[in-house]
Amino acid sequence: MSAGHGVTHGGGEEHQPVFTGGALGQLEALYPKFPTRQACLLPALWIIQEERGWISPGAMAEVAVLLGLTPAYVRGVVTFYTMYHTHPVGRHFIQVCTTSPCHLCGSDEVVKALLKESGCGELGATSPDGRFTVIEVECLGACGFATPILVDNDFIESTSPERVPGILAGYR
Amino acid sequence: MGYPHPSHPKETVVLSKYFGDAAARTHQGWVERGGYEGLKKALGMSPDAIIEELKASGLRGRGGAGFPTGLKWGFMPKGDGKPHYLCCNADESEPGTFKDREIMRWTPHALIEGCAVACHAIGAETCYVYIRGEFTDPWDVMEKAVAEAYAAGTVGANAMGSGKRIDIVLFRGAGAYICGEETALMNSLEGKRGNPRIKPPFPAAAGLFGMPTTINNVETLAAVPHILNRGAAWYKALCLGNPKSTGTKLFSVCGHVMKPGNFEVTMGYPMKDLIYEMAGGLRPGRTLKAVIPGGSSVPLMNREEAESALCDYEGIIEKGSMLGSAGFIVMDDSADIVYEVYRLAKFYAHESCAQCTQCREGTAWTTKILERILKGQGKQEDLGLLLELSEQMTGKTICVLSDSCAAPIVSGIQKFQSEFDAYLSRAKAPAPAGV
Amino acid sequence: MSADLVNVTIDGVSVSVPKGTTIIEAAKQAGVLVPHYCYHPSLPSPAVCRMCLVEVEKAPKLMPACVTTVAEGQVVKVMSEPALKARESVLEFLLINHPLDCPICDQAGECELQDYVFQEGRAGTRYADYAKRFNPVEDFGPDVLYVPNRCILCTRCVRFMEDVAETPVLNVSERGDRAYIGIDRGQELDHPWSGNVVDLCPVGSLISKDFLHKARAWDLDKTASVCPGCTQGCNIMIDTRDDVVVRLRPRANLDVNRHFICDTGRADYRWMNRGDRIETPLVRDGTRMVPSDWETALPRLAATIKGATGRVVLLASGRASLESLGWVRRLLESRDVTAAIKVPQGPEAPLPGVPNLALRTERVPNLDGAKLAGYSARWKDALAGVEGAALVVLLDADMDDQEVARLVTAETVIGLQSVDDDRVKCAAMLLPVSTMAEENGTYVNRDQRVQRFTEAKAAPGMARPAWWIASQAWSENNPGQGGPLTSAEAFSGLSDFIPALNGLSYGDLGLTGRVLEPAPTASGARHGAAR
Repeated sequence: MSAGHGVTHGGGEEHQPVFTGGALGQLEALYPKFPTRQACLLPALWIIQEERGWISPGAMAEVAVLLGLTPAYVRGVVTFYTMYHTHPVGRHFIQVCTTSPCHLCGSDEVVKALLKESGCGELGATSPDGRFTVIEVECLGACGFATPILVDNDFIESTSPERVPGILAGYR
Repeated sequence: MGYPHPSHPKETVVLSKYFGDAAARTHQGWVERGGYEGLKKALGMSPDAIIEELKASGLRGRGGAGFPTGLKWGFMPKGDGKPHYLCCNADESEPGTFKDREIMRWTPHALIEGCAVACHAIGAETCYVYIRGEFTDPWDVMEKAVAEAYAAGTVGANAMGSGKRIDIVLFRGAGAYICGEETALMNSLEGKRGNPRIKPPFPAAAGLFGMPTTINNVETLAAVPHILNRGAAWYKALCLGNPKSTGTKLFSVCGHVMKPGNFEVTMGYPMKDLIYEMAGGLRPGRTLKAVIPGGSSVPLMNREEAESALCDYEGIIEKGSMLGSAGFIVMDDSADIVYEVYRLAKFYAHESCAQCTQCREGTAWTTKILERILKGQGKQEDLGLLLELSEQMTGKTICVLSDSCAAPIVSGIQKFQSEFDAYLSRAKAPAPAGV
Repeated sequence: MSADLVNVTIDGVSVSVPKGTTIIEAAKQAGVLVPHYCYHPSLPSPAVCRMCLVEVEKAPKLMPACVTTVAEGQVVKVMSEPALKARESVLEFLLINHPLDCPICDQAGECELQDYVFQEGRAGTRYADYAKRFNPVEDFGPDVLYVPNRCILCTRCVRFMEDVAETPVLNVSERGDRAYIGIDRGQELDHPWSGNVVDLCPVGSLISKDFLHKARAWDLDKTASVCPGCTQGCNIMIDTRDDVVVRLRPRANLDVNRHFICDTGRADYRWMNRGDRIETPLVRDGTRMVPSDWETALPRLAATIKGATGRVVLLASGRASLESLGWVRRLLESRDVTAAIKVPQGPEAPLPGVPNLALRTERVPNLDGAKLAGYSARWKDALAGVEGAALVVLLDADMDDQEVARLVTAETVIGLQSVDDDRVKCAAMLLPVSTMAEENGTYVNRDQRVQRFTEAKAAPGMARPAWWIASQAWSENNPGQGGPLTSAEAFSGLSDFIPALNGLSYGDLGLTGRVLEPAPTASGARHGAAR
């Protein structure tokens, strides 16, 4: 069950194993916490995304082997959850809440400011410098702190169009 | 208290007492504030005695369904020889609701304590705390707190020296509203797509990993140690309205109010006071138009209903909606009901798990109809169609996601039809949806 | 046992069914078909299509019939107003993104979406003016195409691969109305049983490349049969169009193959359509084979058999029916006969989710029937006896060139063959026989289950079932004993010869067969032990 060698998959791209060294240790530490290997899938996918920024087909195949699943099964799970990236994204991934409570408080303006300041131009696109990707997300669960945004793992409350340039400056 | 605001004199502060007090986050700090006394007491009690105490307190699930907690725990089989599990539902994703986030951020040990008590009561050795993936701060705080609790021997192989094993395992979600549905959460924890399961079997019979499982909301579990400490009678007496709704409750108030936040009041507190006094009322010159009180999955209340409602399970039903998770989305007269209903439909369409036909197709179709109305291209028959589709999306599916989509649509049309008519008659300028 | 039965009333019909039965299965007993898509009796039920919603008295809402079990005294209304309304609505939802391309869809005519919409759906759409969801057709594997636009996400295919084939290469990808059936990138749907997803698909979303645009469902004649591919004996339907076999599909038999057949069996039908057939009896006249008729050929066959003195070798096909094997063997009664069938071998391919179901190593359908009729599987030994034999009888034997070359070493060769094989130049007569697709007959599978197959297409020219030819000659040689005139008589008449058949008739077998009791004694067989 070792991650072993590179896995060639799908389009033929060579996949460098994620689960070696520290990442493998992290995953193995999870095993005793669950009665099944399969239950480690979501945490394992998080480890991949932390390591690589996204979850490639090769990584899905790798984790499938480790957890006794099939790549198709893993893909079905990955695509269910919106926080897993199945394509590479900008260095900083920005999620803006635009669900009703935030919309009432002006989230649309925050989105516009983010798209303009980041250079992304449109939702889902990555800025030309590869630095930012901005997406609209459903409720971030901080409706009292409209408009919350999530930059990578940094949860920023009560943003406004005026605060946007300052926030982005911190990631340049 | 209405973090980030100072406590309002009319609040009944129990769960939120230490919101904003960073020192309460540590194990040491929590113990100094009387923490883990409830757990200590619980470990000296029989599981049955704890369950009886909870039944007597009248505590009901704070996640939305309002099911009596003691009764739920009592459903767990006894002496069956199987592993039992506790799941803590910290997948707080209901638009308008942000109370569990604050509990975890400020009083993580309150939750750990509640989880540990519940484990003992239902005969579980492991509690999985399913925290939504977007909650990065609560995750960090909880992670530290759990490590401290293990280090202090409060939980672990010999919890508080009781000889009982209680493990608390944090689990990170990855962006799926539906995982807040209890059986979807279990599937997600098992490494599957977060598809809700058919019931029966109910979780107490076959839940997580096919084993007897109890699943409780963060706020419910956090309330448990207080009940053990201060007694069921004390909790039961916290009641301003219907005697079936007891205790204190965190109400998340957001949208068009001056001071959005979480306010902890006794069950039965008037909604009017909650909005106008505690949450600072509306912006100057604005009047109340509507409130969606249960998170977004319940019918809209108009001004009259909202201002006359008592905040408990029965009081809000009486006024044509439901308490749900008690996240109040407040809209003043500047709000466009058609747009807000559209925005919610879009939310549900995005979050549908794709299993049931009515939900998968219905949420998307209703979103398109609402979008068309907003664009000024609606047809007169669209409202009737929306109502008919909503009826078919209600009570027909495995879980209630499509019901939740239908609730604001139906109530929006029933209570604010003139706003829809304004778009349909082209009296109002089109408001293209989206950014 | 009444304690284990539950009484329910479904659309006014009272039935008693075992405790734990689902409403949908109980309704079948009551003669009521509850419309459904995701439910399949050989798969776990996810209750996701919500098509089988029915009204159950005293229940607060409509219940999915596929997962709701019956309760004593329950009153179920499948055709009540709310249930019909709910199903009409499900159909409307399923159609909003459906391309309505029935005119070019292979499933048309046998499509459950078409059927139920016709039965219970709305006449028109209310989803006008919106673009439909579109995804391109995907090639899933050797024989399967996925047309996502027609997919209703019932997930039968995913569950089959996961729970029955236990090779989960399919998934549901994405969620909400963006969801579709996904396949493992870089992997194909090439499991030996994966073709079943095409049958399981209730709509035209998973389709067979082999059958693509070959025929319209309503032009097909469907005939109950048994797969001639191996000793498993899976029950099949042979679908023909204008007397040409165009596909084989599984036929339900819960004791043998549930609802499935393997891809090898499914693909093995082209031989049934061969054009190079013998169409008239051919009788030797000096150096030539002369076309003849049965009036001439049958007495000559009888005489040849009677006249041959010495060893007889009978080389037969394992695809021949029990009737043919039995009657040809009986024709050679009381002679020194070595009889064998050729049993091609191949790797076994089990379907893990169904106990005792596999594509078997022995790739003939009637190995056990042949043994009952006095044949062995020791083909090579039998072949070795050809040299110097007084008579060699071929019963549709499939032989390679070397094997054919040996025939000249026998005194006399008679061929009862389906294919015009000009290699068999030395035969005294070549008599045209029908194939299993062209006749009624039975096979005995590896579990001693005798199963009927029925005539799916006409035999060419004057070809006749081998049992008919043999029994006619047998009557000729046994005056006063009339031979069978129908396949049913041919079968029931064999009990004299094969005691294990124990007087069974076609009526006893039905269309799902009957397992033979163990033979009473070894000495019971009049033909002696198989060699």
